[in-house]
Amino acid sequence: MSKIASAFQNGKAFIPFLTCGDPDLATTAAAVRAAAAAGADLIELGIPFSDPTAEGPVIQAASLRALQGGVTTDKIFALVRDLRRDVTVPLVFMTYANVVFSYGTERFVKNCRDVGIDGLILPDVPYEEKEDFLPACRAYGVDLISLIAPTSENRIAMIAREAEGFLYLVSSLGVTGVRSEITTDLGAIVEVVRQNTNIPCAIGFGISTPEQAREMGALADGVIVGSAIVRLVEQYGQAAPPHVGDYVRRMKAALGELPVNPQ
Amino acid sequence: MTNPNGRFGVHGGQYIPETLMNAVIELEQAYNFYKNDPDFNRELTALFNDYAGRPSRLYYAAKMTASLGGAKIYLKREDLNHTGAHKINNVLGQALLAKKMGKTRLIAETGAGQHGVATATAAALLGMECVVFMGEEDTRRQALNVYKMRLLGAAVVPVTTGTATLKDAVSEAMREWTSRIADTHYCLGSVMGPHPFPTIVRDFQAVISREIKAQLMEKEGRLPDAVIACVGGGSNAIGSFYHFIGNPGVRLIGCEAAGRGVNTRETAATIATGKLGIFHGMKSYFCQDEYGQIAPVYSISAGLDYPGVGPEHAYLHDIGRAEYVPVTDDEAVDAFEYLSRTEGIIPAIESAHAVAYACKLAPTMTKDRIIVITISGRGDKDCAAIARYRGEDLHE
Repeated sequence: MSKIASAFQNGKAFIPFLTCGDPDLATTAAAVRAAAAAGADLIELGIPFSDPTAEGPVIQAASLRALQGGVTTDKIFALVRDLRRDVTVPLVFMTYANVVFSYGTERFVKNCRDVGIDGLILPDVPYEEKEDFLPACRAYGVDLISLIAPTSENRIAMIAREAEGFLYLVSSLGVTGVRSEITTDLGAIVEVVRQNTNIPCAIGFGISTPEQAREMGALADGVIVGSAIVRLVEQYGQAAPPHVGDYVRRMKAALGELPVNPQ
Repeated sequence: MTNPNGRFGVHGGQYIPETLMNAVIELEQAYNFYKNDPDFNRELTALFNDYAGRPSRLYYAAKMTASLGGAKIYLKREDLNHTGAHKINNVLGQALLAKKMGKTRLIAETGAGQHGVATATAAALLGMECVVFMGEEDTRRQALNVYKMRLLGAAVVPVTTGTATLKDAVSEAMREWTSRIADTHYCLGSVMGPHPFPTIVRDFQAVISREIKAQLMEKEGRLPDAVIACVGGGSNAIGSFYHFIGNPGVRLIGCEAAGRGVNTRETAATIATGKLGIFHGMKSYFCQDEYGQIAPVYSISAGLDYPGVGPEHAYLHDIGRAEYVPVTDDEAVDAFEYLSRTEGIIPAIESAHAVAYACKLAPTMTKDRIIVITISGRGDKDCAAIARYRGEDLHE
């Protein structure tokens, strides 16, 4: 079992996302520690990209703030190295293909392993293009996370069969961001996923409330929340970490009310 | 030149969110069907000829030839097309294809507004809804084109993210497409983005080189020695080059926007200053920093103000089949004025980049040589900006 799979052993997993360096790296470090202490099962760390085409306005703005604050890929590797002195939950990077490619894919993934990153999510790398990144990920034991979208249809089985770590199920059309309603028939998608793989499946995009977390958590093995947390960081700035911790605790508690699927 | 995975050498590919994958696969399948469909081709040819005004003229520029004192200069007059630029070739093709696919709505990005106006035009003609994304900065620089798009029935969405210019308009159009696919076709304006766009746009623009070849054969009985075109994403250039790629005696020269110079940060010369990267769905050359963050770029020309270049150009550069040269703002403005005075033709500031390089090249060639310059668009839209560049207080 990969370290990422172990994140799904503690009931339904709650997976928060943070943009590294928003508003500064010290705040990110404190927010990660607060989220981990509050029961986050896996944490997604966003390496900001200048032109994040899969993100809605909240994470776009966070990426811009972080870059304007001078954050770089190397500074984020140093952040993770520091976090790993005491943070044990699985950590994955979420970023864009060019951030990895321009750094040198092999060098990037080797650094991931060296600092203690367990997986990599690249929203602009679909199944057809994963060969650019997969060999290095395999060589260094970093899971390349696959995404499935509401439009994947005939592609779900193909993607699920080769998925590693966990499957990231995109709840809705469009970009990241809070939604009042999620209308995709996710149950049907999860069913096809289950027929093709045993790895866990987490739902993300648009989730912000405990009610949504319960609803989505009932369908899958975990839920991912990005924009709602990034908005807390936007609102509270350097004072955000305890608010992030409180939020994670509430969301994990909501998921804790759900029965656990037999794996 | 495209291999089955949409690659041109190492360039190209489909680096897009999973949400869009079935949309581009559906587009590729539809295109592969319709490109060989006689009815589709008949309809498109009728639109090209009766609506857009093709074939565009290949004009022997006698005064320019005499003034430069070297190679004979021919101008391929894409500026004479309906809507005033080559953009209409691609847009009519894609809009007709989208309509055949059952789409009812076109979205597009635009920089200077030429592609936006062309898309709004095709949408009006074919009875489709149209939304154009345009950087807020560009909506101010090109207010007249914003009005034209609205006049044609399109909605114009000002994009305020990032640098609020062309690259941000592309990003926002991609985001919009991700949120609404079933009834919407993204009418991409250049030979860029994920496969199959670079191939589709090239094929619709290849009419330019097909006509040049036939027209020059009729006038001179031979192929040109050089074909020169400006390159932003590179659609008029690839259209001008395509049917000459297999004729190694024909030099293919793309003119990039150097802005204030390739040694400054205010440049958009991607092949001269960029490096290999992955962005906007494709692997190609991009202006970027050491961490892969896309660089803000600059050119006096809003249409060339893009940090990347189409993957087929990147490949033609790699194999040495085409040459790419930087042309500065100053050189382009000089050429804009030169062509206006010498031939009575006001070129788009984009096209003036190609004219500028031809002015350097022609005198080094003998009089029996032939250069074809593609005048990709007309310059009416640029007059106020060029006047201001020259210090005149002129506003539209």
